[in-house]
Amino acid sequence: MARAAVPGRLSWRVGRLAEARQETPTARTLVLDVPGWPGHLPGQHVDVRLTAEDGYSAQRSYSLAAPAEGGRVELTVQSVPEGEVSAYLTGVYSTGDPVELRGPVGGWFVWRPAGTQPVLLVAGGSGIVPLMAMIRSRRAAGSRVPFRLIYSVRTPGDVYYADELRRRARDDAGLDVTFVYTRAVPEGWPHPPRRIGVTVVNTNGWPPALTPDCYVCGPTGFVETVADILVALGHDPRRVRTERFGPTGG
Amino acid sequence: MPEQLDLGPHLDGNALAGPLREIFAVDVTAATSRCAACGQAGALAGLHVYASAPGMVARCPSCEEVVLRMVRTPDAAWLDLRGAVALRIPM
Amino acid sequence: MGIVTPGFRGRPRPSGPELPPGQYLTEDFPVLSAGPTPRVPMDRWEFVITTETSREHRWSWTDLMALPSDTPTVDIHCVTKWSKLGTTWQGVSLDTLMSDVDTAADYALVHSYGGYTTNLPLSDLLDGRAWVAYRFDGDDLHPEHGGPARLLVPHLYFWKSAKWVRGIQLRFDDEPGFWESAGYHDYGDPWREQRYQGD
Ligand SMILES: Cc1cc2nc3c(=O)[nH]c(=O)nc-3n(C[C@H](O)[C@H](O)[C@H](O)COP(=O)(O)OP(=O)(O)OC[C@H]3O[C@@H](n4cnc5c(N)ncnc54)[C@H](O)[C@@H]3O)c2cc1C
Ligand SMILES: [Zn+2]
Repeated sequence: MARAAVPGRLSWRVGRLAEARQETPTARTLVLDVPGWPGHLPGQHVDVRLTAEDGYSAQRSYSLAAPAEGGRVELTVQSVPEGEVSAYLTGVYSTGDPVELRGPVGGWFVWRPAGTQPVLLVAGGSGIVPLMAMIRSRRAAGSRVPFRLIYSVRTPGDVYYADELRRRARDDAGLDVTFVYTRAVPEGWPHPPRRIGVTVVNTNGWPPALTPDCYVCGPTGFVETVADILVALGHDPRRVRTERFGPTGG
Repeated sequence: MPEQLDLGPHLDGNALAGPLREIFAVDVTAATSRCAACGQAGALAGLHVYASAPGMVARCPSCEEVVLRMVRTPDAAWLDLRGAVALRIPM
Repeated sequence: MGIVTPGFRGRPRPSGPELPPGQYLTEDFPVLSAGPTPRVPMDRWEFVITTETSREHRWSWTDLMALPSDTPTVDIHCVTKWSKLGTTWQGVSLDTLMSDVDTAADYALVHSYGGYTTNLPLSDLLDGRAWVAYRFDGDDLHPEHGGPARLLVPHLYFWKSAKWVRGIQLRFDDEPGFWESAGYHDYGDPWREQRYQGD
């Protein structure tokens, strides 16, 4: 039985799939219509709840990928092997179908467009999602705060939002984008495949003396590694904000 | 006894934001808490959260002691904050 | 119940007449973790039963290995709703460990390396119903499943089968353990579906 909503507390809302875009062979962006959506800050996420005919339900968190447009919100979901929820959302979920959402939530892993510190974004795989929301919001808000993104992916075909990132790196003044490929590199790339390490972060990040705000997001192991590197390089741990997606975060 | 710890697959305190917003009218993950065991202060969002368990268990990133536990039963939420000295909630 | 999302079924959840209410069958062995996995050097490992009069009975790893063991084949039921049938273990029966322990206590509070605790009536640890288990499916018990040794009390929900067990405190009162003090049932009988306090 539905309980009456208590003011201030969050209850579940219903969203319906308005459109979907394939970002990579294994990742799909869902554009949802959520009547009454209150807006959100870049970096926030929603909890998604799916319920089966027999009453079984499963709940997972997904980052908001873009600033809201009225009642439209975007998520990008990576299909993980044997993933209960991600397999459904990337493979079966169809236009017009409802899901339940609780959000926006999270007041810590957020970037506020009024911010003035330089920003370093470090993404592993699907960890790009909330960071892309920050990049998109920066432009939408006309912020001139300098942003640097280091984006680690397995292969060039795994880059989410590839065309848009290329365009923004060219057109959004003050945005630098560096790719790290761990399994296969594009033709003519200056390095063989490599994992993110001290050199990459040191060369393509900000010096700690500039006291940048650092946002690190991706699979748990990736986040751990990068956060350790940043602290070892001298960044104040309080300025290193992390969002671990779990072992399968892409 | 000095036990060596193997950090399991954990999430950040951010992952508590949804479940806690079912209870509180404000976002508590941005609040600062101080660990009752070792005294380290930080945002709840920075705790280590173990979620593949019968409830959510949030531990201090510095000493790994339990700071917060949350269990959701069909008709109640159980919240244990005994590992936190106090919460400073920005208003 | 929430709004149904068409076509969502979730992971296959086979049921069976041999399962307690609300449980489904799983073939793999899911790992639940409420914290980091403690690694205890074997030469420092010990298991201690402490009576209500503070008498301590200790076993080192070598002592434990020297005791006669059983190889029970049992069904296990996790409160997160999976059940696994016909699992084979090797371990020392609590009857063996308790044989020289003089106690009038009614309850046990089980302690683990890493700080976990769980409570249950002492009688549920006796009469061939509980073991300190150190092998699973023919192999040494893996740390993520509670190795080097865990409690095995298969007739109760599996959270009572404390991983990384280090000792048992015998008590007159039923002191709630880690999950029991956060909403879970003090006894936890899967056949009566005693998941939460009040069930
Ligand atoms: C705050 C937050 C934001 C997130 N944002 C996004 C996002 O924007 N996009 C996105 O794609 N994902 C995101 N995630 C991850 C997402 O919530 C799911 O975890 C992911 O989609 C996998 O769910 P699933 O049901 O498909 O997989 P599951 O069915 O849960 O798991 C699939 C397989 O992964 C393995 N596995 C899962 N959990 C564990 C574990 N704890 N230990 C060991 N193995 C495990 C198992 O082998 C399992 O069979 C976010 C997570 C968090 C916490
Ligand atoms: Zn601490």
